[in-house]
Amino acid sequence: MNPPDLMYSEEHEWVRSRPGGVAEIGITEFAAESLGDVVFVELPSVGEELTQFGKMGEIESVKTVSDLFTPLSGKVLEVNANATDSPEVVNEGPYEKGWLLRISMTDESELDKLMSADQYEAFLAFQE
Amino acid sequence: MAAPDSLRRTSLFDIHVSLGGRMVPFAGWEMPVQYEGILAEARAVRSGAGLFDVSHMGRLEITGPGAAGFLERVLSVDVPGLRQWRARYNLICDEGGGIIDDCIVYRLGDERFLVIPNAANTDAVLEWFSKWDSGLDFELQNVTEATAMIAHQGPQASDMVAGLTPYDVTSLKMFAAAETEVAGVKALLARTGYTGEDGVELIVSADAAPTVWRALSEKGAVPCGLGSRDVLRLEAGLLLHGNDMDTSVNPYEAGLEKFVAPDRDRYAAGESLRRIRDQGVGRKLVGFILHGKGVPRHGYDIMDGPNRIGEVTSGSHSPTLDMSIGMGYVPTGYAAVGSRFQIDMRGRAVDAEVTTLPFYSRRKNA
Repeated sequence: MNPPDLMYSEEHEWVRSRPGGVAEIGITEFAAESLGDVVFVELPSVGEELTQFGKMGEIESVKTVSDLFTPLSGKVLEVNANATDSPEVVNEGPYEKGWLLRISMTDESELDKLMSADQYEAFLAFQE
Repeated sequence: MAAPDSLRRTSLFDIHVSLGGRMVPFAGWEMPVQYEGILAEARAVRSGAGLFDVSHMGRLEITGPGAAGFLERVLSVDVPGLRQWRARYNLICDEGGGIIDDCIVYRLGDERFLVIPNAANTDAVLEWFSKWDSGLDFELQNVTEATAMIAHQGPQASDMVAGLTPYDVTSLKMFAAAETEVAGVKALLARTGYTGEDGVELIVSADAAPTVWRALSEKGAVPCGLGSRDVLRLEAGLLLHGNDMDTSVNPYEAGLEKFVAPDRDRYAAGESLRRIRDQGVGRKLVGFILHGKGVPRHGYDIMDGPNRIGEVTSGSHSPTLDMSIGMGYVPTGYAAVGSRFQIDMRGRAVDAEVTTLPFYSRRKNA
């Protein structure tokens, strides 16, 4: 269920590496399902500098509110307006139309601190 | 996640699991918080019909020649004046006027009543009742385990249930009840609910609950969990005990004075409530809408600039109104409709405005 080509953080965010040092960031299906219906997504603005594992925003569902933590350092290139305007897309497709940010990576070696899909699934099993 | 063995299960537990319900601990019971999703379930109740297992709520039968006299001591409404086959919303208040619980009382006969306290408060209610039972000839039977309770709510609910019962559901008034059969099962059928929609609540034997649930599902009612129930009751301006009221607040602060008849000689909380009524209160429960992003939540501070003036008791995103709504206690000077204050949303001050309750009513918003 978690795409094998992505990297994952312990805070249940994912990273998709794109050409030119660009990374796409979102929350995992596990996170989206745990939250339930997402009603608000608060994200940083284009141009903001993020530091790996630092707070980058907030996500609220009907039942709860959580901080969002960036899995990588970098500069925000693009914010998914779809996710902020129609937050239900995060539930509908957390790995596709529900992506949150595109950033230019500061340091690609930070990817080493993230988990593969297999590792993330083992991590989830351990959580339960 | 395995639930502790001590959690109780309703007779509909297996159905919830088979429907993919997400089971959570709630007031000592293992209950579904959602199936498809809270927002989808809330919409189903506003547009069609939903089905809630509310078997965790208490069911106390009070029978005997002293039953009415006993309830007159502990309930906030005129019990002898309650007609047979009628129900009333009311409060159970302590000696100081604090709210131990809110409940529905049904009169099923001259000497026969049914009281429905909240799941979390059933023990506290029983303890309070036991203090006021002396010298009266009645019997109190806790039938919570022996029975089940299903809330069937939504604009299409009464039509659906009408196809399953010989009783003329259209003649069943709001807050009226009848003993009849539903889906071939003996049932107490009442036109009550906690969603702000038309609908019924059914009390049947625990064994028979799955039959009734399946029959209503086949008519098109959507299974709904506690999550959507909480959103719907808040939209309808209905208070939740434990969130919006408890023994530290009285009915006048909570805006529930119309459900209180304090001028009754035998009423245990009467003296305190008369004094509170005559002296007035310093704070009031208000409903507010948020002018900004985010969801106000239980426990968030209500601010006037740098000053904390109160606390949010309930809050949610309202799918029906597409805005964020909440309730909380504020000093009476801030309680008028149109008053402004801010909610401290995790360090972010967001403007809020007092509005009339309910937020949603099926007449107003139809």
